[in-house]
Amino acid sequence: MRILTKRNGIIALIIFAFSFPYIAQNDYYLHMLTLSFIWAIAVYGINLLSGYTGYLSLAHAGFFAIGAYSLGLLTVKAEMNFWLALICACLITCAIGFLIGLIALRTKEHFFAIYTLCVGYIIYLVIDKWEGLTEGVRGLIGIPAPGNIGPITFDTAASQYYLVLIFLLAVILIMYRIIRSLTGRTYMAIRNSEDLAQTIGISTMKNKLTAFVLSTFFAGLAGALYASFIRFIGPDIGSTAIMFDLLMYLLVGGIGTLSGPLVGTLLLVILSQNLQFLQEYRMLIFGPLLTVIIIFYPRGIAGAFYDWQRKRKDNELSGVRGELHIKAEEG
Amino acid sequence: MLKLTDVAVNYGSFTAINHVNIEVAEGEIVVLLGANGAGKSTTFRSISGISKLSKGEIHFQGIPIGGRAPDKNVREGIVQCAEGRKLFPQMTVQENLRMGAYVHRKKKAEIKDSLEYVYHLFPILKEKHHDEAGSLSGGQQQMLAIGRALMSKPKLLMLDEPSVGLAPLIVEQMFQVIEEINREGITILLAEQNANAALSIADKGYVFENGEIVVQGTASELLANDEVRKAYIGA
Repeated sequence: MRILTKRNGIIALIIFAFSFPYIAQNDYYLHMLTLSFIWAIAVYGINLLSGYTGYLSLAHAGFFAIGAYSLGLLTVKAEMNFWLALICACLITCAIGFLIGLIALRTKEHFFAIYTLCVGYIIYLVIDKWEGLTEGVRGLIGIPAPGNIGPITFDTAASQYYLVLIFLLAVILIMYRIIRSLTGRTYMAIRNSEDLAQTIGISTMKNKLTAFVLSTFFAGLAGALYASFIRFIGPDIGSTAIMFDLLMYLLVGGIGTLSGPLVGTLLLVILSQNLQFLQEYRMLIFGPLLTVIIIFYPRGIAGAFYDWQRKRKDNELSGVRGELHIKAEEG
Repeated sequence: MLKLTDVAVNYGSFTAINHVNIEVAEGEIVVLLGANGAGKSTTFRSISGISKLSKGEIHFQGIPIGGRAPDKNVREGIVQCAEGRKLFPQMTVQENLRMGAYVHRKKKAEIKDSLEYVYHLFPILKEKHHDEAGSLSGGQQQMLAIGRALMSKPKLLMLDEPSVGLAPLIVEQMFQVIEEINREGITILLAEQNANAALSIADKGYVFENGEIVVQGTASELLANDEVRKAYIGA
């Protein structure tokens, strides 16, 4: 019996995550972890489209902002119930994602990346300039915390941490189910070769559009959670700077891997918090780190780990075969 | 069953094929001969719906299919096995085959039957069903590519150069399998450079040069044709 199996590792991680509020000495760590979980949900969204379907989207900070502003406006200005607003925020993001996807997915590869970069910037501009609706640069203030569910309240740092953690676990589970299903393999087939996918009868446009809308759903959900957690949002959350942060989390963690978004986001958020004394010189560390990872580990930390694991397994197998061979010769 | 009437396909300003007239009857094996870039693959792409026609019309079982979406064509029974054994290298052999049944994804029992049929045709694939497709040898990859195409239960199977880059013994096996598939009632359109082997199993053939058909006839006529012999058989 091996104790260090993948399953036990995951169970240990989940137990650790749930006991973290009791371990952490102050709310600062809790706050930081909650925030990185929220970012991780958005990165999972980007990963579904860019990692598994092969379409690098640079519009997802925009969809994050749409989710955040939808929740903010619905709760602050329309005074809607939080949970209803959360569902509406996700649906609004998906609806806008559907319309943008219809046009964006007519382009491919770098044209798609550039097109979505423009879309992201336009979303940012609309939020920034449409003062009548969004309050422009002043931002939206006084977004309520998540509403109570029966006796459960969400007014402490720990309770919000648990709420976001549960959402994150649900997102990872959904992602796991998607990529293990025929749907996931269909996305990977499209990433592999769109022509080939078509020859075996996959309707590529339909599948790309579903992947796009699903990925905006995750981004919108993350945005809505962000708005209710920080309680204040400004147009900057939809900026290209945020987009490239998210992309960096994904690339460092491992694009097209299941654990990559979480690993990359946690690592970089914690690293950047701990290097805060360096101020903007932090980028002197991140820049080279990113370059090295892209050159040597194109599938990030998670990808490098999978490769290492596989190599070890292959070595074990060939070791077993070698022994059998020797035994056969002896016999 | 399949009829191409004066078909032309342009890539930008470049005319890839022009004035292509092909007729395939049900149950036949029809071979397209020609050098690289002569227009065989483009003809396939136009039939499967991936390349848009700039002229002409294609009928399948009497229905015009020019401009129809590729996935619709697969559902109606036209499937192409692409050149160069294009597989999904990270997926296992069985996952590749299951992807081939994508259009029948809701019919679980049917997929199981097709899987059994493909494994019966290519026992080596059953043996390796858990291996990654990228780890197979060239011949096995070609078998997997054909097997995956068969998973969609086609009426018309288009094979693009199935013998390219394979050892002579494997090529022979491949053509035997193609004949066996044909005996099951599947019509076959075959693009080949190996004219001798292809014509030996075919009913008729068309010879492509620079995007146009220059010679056509029954297999025996083509085998007897001096120009064809010189260009493709080397005797």
